[in-house]
Amino acid sequence: MALAKLEQLSKSVVQGPSLVTGAQPTKDWMDTPAIFKEGNFAYPAKKEKVEYLNSQDGLNFPNARIWSPDEDDWKLPEGWEKTIIDGLKERLDKFRSLKIFMDCCVRCGACADKCHFFLGTGDPKNMPVLRAELLRSIYRNDFTLAGKLFGKMAGAREMTVGVLKEWFMYSYQCTECRRCSVFCPYGIDTAEVTMMLRELLHLVGIGINWILEPVSNSNRTGNHMGLQPHTFKDNVDFLAEDVENLTGVKVNHTFNRKGAEILFITPSADVFAEPGLYTAMGYLALFEQIGLDYTWSTYASEGGNFGLFTSNETMKKLNGKMYAEAKRLGVKYILGGECGHMWRVLHQYMDTMNGPADFLEVPKSPITGTVFDNAKSTKMIHISEFTADLIRHGKLKLDPSRNANVMPTYHDSCNPARAMGLMDEPRYILDHVVPKWVEMPENTIREQTFCCGSGTGLNTDEIMELRMRSGLPRANAVKHVIDKHDVNMLSCVCAIDRATLSSLMDYWNPGCGVCGISELVGNALVMDNEKRAMGYGADGTESELPDGFRTMV
Amino acid sequence: MKYAFSFLAVIALVLIAWLGSQIPGMQYLFGVAIPYLAIMIFLGGFVYRVVQWAKSPVPFSIPTTCGQGKSLDFIKQDKLDCPTKTSEVVARMFLEIFAFRSLFRNTKSELHEGPKITYESSRWLWMAALLFHYSFLVIVIRHMRLFLNPVPHWLQFLDFLDAGAMLQVGAPLFYATDAAILLGLLFLFGRRLVNRNVRYISLMNDYFPLFLILGIVTTGILMRYFIRTDIDIVNIKELLVGLVTLSPVIHGDIGSIFFIHVFLVSTLLVYFPFSKLMHMGGVFMSPTRNMANDSRAKRHINPWNDPTIKPHSYAGYEDEFREFMVDAGIPVEKELPPKKDEE
Repeated sequence: MALAKLEQLSKSVVQGPSLVTGAQPTKDWMDTPAIFKEGNFAYPAKKEKVEYLNSQDGLNFPNARIWSPDEDDWKLPEGWEKTIIDGLKERLDKFRSLKIFMDCCVRCGACADKCHFFLGTGDPKNMPVLRAELLRSIYRNDFTLAGKLFGKMAGAREMTVGVLKEWFMYSYQCTECRRCSVFCPYGIDTAEVTMMLRELLHLVGIGINWILEPVSNSNRTGNHMGLQPHTFKDNVDFLAEDVENLTGVKVNHTFNRKGAEILFITPSADVFAEPGLYTAMGYLALFEQIGLDYTWSTYASEGGNFGLFTSNETMKKLNGKMYAEAKRLGVKYILGGECGHMWRVLHQYMDTMNGPADFLEVPKSPITGTVFDNAKSTKMIHISEFTADLIRHGKLKLDPSRNANVMPTYHDSCNPARAMGLMDEPRYILDHVVPKWVEMPENTIREQTFCCGSGTGLNTDEIMELRMRSGLPRANAVKHVIDKHDVNMLSCVCAIDRATLSSLMDYWNPGCGVCGISELVGNALVMDNEKRAMGYGADGTESELPDGFRTMV
Repeated sequence: MKYAFSFLAVIALVLIAWLGSQIPGMQYLFGVAIPYLAIMIFLGGFVYRVVQWAKSPVPFSIPTTCGQGKSLDFIKQDKLDCPTKTSEVVARMFLEIFAFRSLFRNTKSELHEGPKITYESSRWLWMAALLFHYSFLVIVIRHMRLFLNPVPHWLQFLDFLDAGAMLQVGAPLFYATDAAILLGLLFLFGRRLVNRNVRYISLMNDYFPLFLILGIVTTGILMRYFIRTDIDIVNIKELLVGLVTLSPVIHGDIGSIFFIHVFLVSTLLVYFPFSKLMHMGGVFMSPTRNMANDSRAKRHINPWNDPTIKPHSYAGYEDEFREFMVDAGIPVEKELPPKKDEE
């Protein structure tokens, strides 16, 4: 389906009859079925990917088949209802969060207009409360006294194919961004609900390809892109050459090197596609300048973890590579690149799932001597923490004027903001690497930040209109600072953002670029023995290339 | 429809108690047996629910961080919204439970032509919720004077304050909380009708407790200010003190309004543990709020962590890609086997 023209969508968002625009639906939500048509669903996982994953130890991906959501028959396995209800029971016993969140909601509605999907689509079932009710209604029916006694009157309903279809539709119109949980008086986190829904759906063979293909790639080749070791190395080598072409400094980087002090892991998207490439160049330049004893790994060549969007078992299996590789190479600790959901996994899940990392040491910056006590158990630190510390100790010579062409604002990625509390480190770095930058309005940044609209594996092209709608709140806040302060760059610390915000800006705010913080660091960095490539201005005068790394690719 | 049904259900409860308590001898059912049963179901049910929650572990550390976390010494931590110490978590929980802090953050979003989305602070829900809950709390506490003999001084003082006794003359004194809880309830009900989003999500489960509590408040106010005899009060106090001391007696006449009031309260007690009203207990146990954001400094243990889930092994990876790796100059654990033509 072709993406609607900007004027069309702009009108439709504001004027189309929806809850957001003032229309009250006449039919009860339980009587409103989910209808799939080309453009409103992400394509289902390919049969061979599901089969491959199901063949892996510790993973369970049954019912591999060719199917499509817009067909009536989803080819569900015999007895699927029991599988779902048993699966729900198992998860109620395993996750207190699920039980509490099923029981405590009072439907006060505080979460309703906090969701970017609701604001962009006006679909009532995208109100976080209603998304949760999709599951809660089944929970009531099978697990609560009131539901058993009073049925529909108590908001309960039986599990049917229709319900299952709703689950699929709306658990893949949620990016697990947690914005609603900030406003909920009981901290009910829709991300938890969506995770459970997605896990349950996988039990009967329902999943999307944009998630399961990266998952299987990551499992086999070490990264989402499916880059094999030599290709991964080639890509990084190219970036290193580009850094040399710009700065005149040869980059000495290594792969799978035993005995390195630090293992560096970043999302593979950074070595694969613009504008992440520039961020990766920033890392290479920075590490070269400070003479960091570090290595890349081709085996653990993915920071991201689409297992987070699949099931806790998958997340654990993929994440396990990081410690396994750190142990094999004998490094002291791990340094992680800029990525949002990757850092939710590293911060909130890794140590629990695959720790204790007692073979590693508490991270200590070899340049400043700072000991990162905040990561003393996990032994993995964020590049923004590492860089901010370098700047604080005056270990970097930075020339913000090299970023003079850039007028950035800063997008807090959902997970660093709401599942980690990493907000001021990137801001501190920004203060030192650009001449000036501005904040977006306060209801759209920090813990109230809006998702790019395409997180949790939804950055696939077949649902572009949905993505543009759900990204509208973010895009709109950027537009505000574009109009007011001539912002031309949206900086962030997330690889998914670098990809998805680029599409989002191209659509809503053409002309506004997207970059990683480390790109700006690399550009501003004055390196020892550098010999910057020069360009010629319109008047023939020679000067440094104003777009830095961006001139290179 | 849903609210009409809930309303009728409460009316039915009122009728049951009204008619039932007229039948001679039934006063004991409505005044003694049902309240005892209700309080037992309430206590038992409440404990059961909390135990049920507690039985499920918290496998992962999932606080929602609403401010800067603890990291470098020159980055200021938001201790309240991103706590790392127990004392900070307690402070966060205290404000959540006693000041409804998350609701205080509430904003209202609006979509305008352009498109342009605006957000403005919206604290009406927060105010009504505070008004309702605190009035309810004070009313419950001051009802203790009916169960205790003699009435403790602090309770008399609370009563005095609530009635604003220094400002009023005449009897009976009007309680500020009676007005406040009514206001709160009416607002909470009104927004379920008027606010489009809330109207669409509201269930019977949401209207019923509102009407039930409204019924309790209304009968209480009627009893105190309008349908009132002094004989009633003496007999009621005797009954209630008797209930507490496990020697209940009913002497003389007590008006039906009392039995209606008590029956509605009993219904609320029975309904409580099996409904959303359990948010009262759940708010203490919500993992996104009551956990410290220290999961990189301290390992959180998952009791059902499955140690058999291992990553795809490096050995397996190298076996598949060894040739490419050697060609590309990437170090390997096992060298390639010698080529056949060299043998």
